[in-house]
Amino acid sequence: MNQTLNISEFLDQDEKKDLLRLLTAGSVDDGKSTLIGKLLFDSKKLYEDQLDALARDSERVGNAGENTIDYALLLDGLKAEREQGITIDVAYRYFSTNKRKFIIADTPGHEQYTRNMITGGSTANLAIILVDARTGVITQTRRHSYLVSLLGIKHVVLAVNKMDLVDYSKEVFDKIVKDYTDFVAPLGIPDVKCFPLSALKGDNVVNKSENTPWFDGIPLLDYLETVEIANDNNFDDFRYPIQYVLRPNLDFRGFCGKVASGIVRKGDEVMAIPSGKTSKVKGIHTYEGEIDYAFPPQSVTITLEDEIDLSRGEMLVHVNNKPTISRNFEAMLVWMDEKGMDPDQQYFIKQTTHTTRVRIDNIKYKVDVNTMEKSDCKALSLNEIGKCVFITNEPLFFDPYNKNKNCGSFIIIDPITNNTSAVGMIIGEVDEKELTTTITEDDKATMRAGSSIVSVSERKKITGVDGKVFAITGEKQECINEYAYTLERRLFDTGAMPIVINAKEFIDIENIMLIAKKIATQGYSVIVINGTEMNSDDVIVCKAIDGNIASDVESLI
Amino acid sequence: MKEYNLSHLKELEAESIHIIREVAAEFENPVMLYSIGKDSSVMVRLAEKAFAPGRVPFPLMHIDSKWKFKEMIEFRDTYAKEFGWNLIVEYNKEAYEAGIGPFTHGSKVHTDVMKTQALLQALDKHKFDAAFGGARRDEEKSRAKERIFSFRDRFHKWDPKNQRPELWDIYNAKVQKGESIRVFPLSNWTELDIWQYIRLENIPIVPLYYAKERPVVNVDGNLILVDDDRMPAEMREKAEMKMVRFRTLGCYPLTGAVESEADTIEKIVEEMMITTKSERTTRVIDFDQEASMEQKKREGYF
Repeated sequence: MNQTLNISEFLDQDEKKDLLRLLTAGSVDDGKSTLIGKLLFDSKKLYEDQLDALARDSERVGNAGENTIDYALLLDGLKAEREQGITIDVAYRYFSTNKRKFIIADTPGHEQYTRNMITGGSTANLAIILVDARTGVITQTRRHSYLVSLLGIKHVVLAVNKMDLVDYSKEVFDKIVKDYTDFVAPLGIPDVKCFPLSALKGDNVVNKSENTPWFDGIPLLDYLETVEIANDNNFDDFRYPIQYVLRPNLDFRGFCGKVASGIVRKGDEVMAIPSGKTSKVKGIHTYEGEIDYAFPPQSVTITLEDEIDLSRGEMLVHVNNKPTISRNFEAMLVWMDEKGMDPDQQYFIKQTTHTTRVRIDNIKYKVDVNTMEKSDCKALSLNEIGKCVFITNEPLFFDPYNKNKNCGSFIIIDPITNNTSAVGMIIGEVDEKELTTTITEDDKATMRAGSSIVSVSERKKITGVDGKVFAITGEKQECINEYAYTLERRLFDTGAMPIVINAKEFIDIENIMLIAKKIATQGYSVIVINGTEMNSDDVIVCKAIDGNIASDVESLI
Repeated sequence: MKEYNLSHLKELEAESIHIIREVAAEFENPVMLYSIGKDSSVMVRLAEKAFAPGRVPFPLMHIDSKWKFKEMIEFRDTYAKEFGWNLIVEYNKEAYEAGIGPFTHGSKVHTDVMKTQALLQALDKHKFDAAFGGARRDEEKSRAKERIFSFRDRFHKWDPKNQRPELWDIYNAKVQKGESIRVFPLSNWTELDIWQYIRLENIPIVPLYYAKERPVVNVDGNLILVDDDRMPAEMREKAEMKMVRFRTLGCYPLTGAVESEADTIEKIVEEMMITTKSERTTRVIDFDQEASMEQKKREGYF
């Protein structure tokens, strides 16, 4: 940093810097952490005391040998990981040069951690893939490159590391570059650059190395500082998912959101999706005041000329440029949950600001991340990737992921555990005729004969319980009520959707019990206050007695 | 395409506003934890930006350890009034009345009881399902791995090995009753970003951040301000006037000052550019044990 700059000049210059988010992928042995440590160290942002702490830790648990700084220890944050000597989750690191600010997502290279690389890479502009010059392109390199292409990362750096251990041989480097470019060509990554490095010795990381006179490129850091990323956003298709409706007073109705893609200007004719109602942009508001236009990834508030109905999960677009609006689509899905996919279960899907229910119609194939071979598959499990067809409850408004990341990405949430089970990248709409789980001729016959085509077991997957009837009886009405509503609360907490009926509100108790039983066969728990036994095994009779209601209820759960 | 390119500060701002709005839209009862520090000041400004020209639709909450610098409390009350914040102040009443404090009980007990426990009590009392915190990933190693929407179980515990995958800008806000999410909208900001933003946006901060002659005592290399007479008399006797400022603010007996001449925001940014120490070195509580921040976070601390 040039210390002769005065502070206002520095700030003027610094304020213009943009942000590059990068992903690093490589195995424990490729020297990935060393490379990141080196970038941080050489960009003068490694603070003195962090180094002091490092020197202390290196003596105790470092793997780099005596009196050597183990850069990797800077990055391995959590206790357990330190002991194992590997990074097991995504860690974010920050550094800044005169030209750019950088965010590094550091992710592990092990196969079982595909999940983490996908997580770290989703927002990355650029990926650095490390290979050891001694081993060249290996299975893992292919896997990382496939995942990078799946995520649609447009810029890839192949960092051929440990060149010092192959005597800085041009032949070795050239062969690795050729192997790699042959391999990645079909993946369609638009920009691939290769660098001969030694992270440990510093060759071509920050300064051009004298050991590789045959390399005519610039050092890695120079490249990272200058690679053009501003045009990677989609500026063509205006998509504005409504995030929050702001109504501070009767005169102002603003739609808050982040511009997902495209550019919107004051006065533009816009259409609300899915209603199709049109209006004009009256104003684009920010805290600082109105602006004339907005572009991704700005967060703004838009007001419209007309009062049209528009709420969270819906979208504003230009009238002549609409996204696909459909309930059926196919996507590449990466399963991220220890709990494997249950193809019969419904999940939640969140895409832009819209959450609805979704089920998996069928899996076209799964992809072996090592060989890229496709095979048949009934259900995906952790770290598996497949092409799946989905049917959502409400239509989604989307674009293909490769055209528009923000409107082509989604997450799948397990409705029972609430975990983010999977993430997906939309390929495109699927014609309804191609769906496998639409209503068939056989189904029609079943229904016409008077039977349901929704099975009890399908229902149970949603409610989590077998349907039962609980008849609550007792001496004291308040006691019966407390019992019934305690049971309702507890069943509800377990994910069931209990129904409470007070038999006294109806004339015919026996009829009510019959209705309750009918509902129970469809997978619901029915609690009948003041119900009767009806000499039936299907009804659980509960006598409500003061003092042991809580424990009695617990024994039923 | 330069006209469609955001500076890093504006990109961070847009990201944070998006996060804050997601929380307001998806949770029933969110709260923004307000620590009175510089990061909180930035976070509150971002919340105001997210909902302008409307008002911030959730309250701010300050957990008062009762050992904060006097100037912090004055600052809090002044600006809460000036900006019309909906501010909740909570503290651990029982422990306060029992006289728990860092001088008598040590930093570990004090921090656990007056900060962590006080926070958990307050979150339970108000049944908040989401709580914003101003933590940044560049602050500390265990924070570097934390999600922006960070899940907490019914006991407010964080499980670093079992975090929800978090991709793109799609955040999973689903929780069961009793569970909650801690949200960190400043995750990707660095200390320098915060200072530059404060300068750019003219955000008011507690005057303790600016260098001034102040009475301090050197305690094992930490310069501790004589903020009130709860500091033991034998310590107070050793006080000397020094030109100092604070890089972080917390409980006064646990927060060290740094010697500095930086009495304007420009000078602070300049100092930041050439500093060789990270900010948490001025936090006495981080040195308790190996990986102590991770331990506290697992127990429910921010």
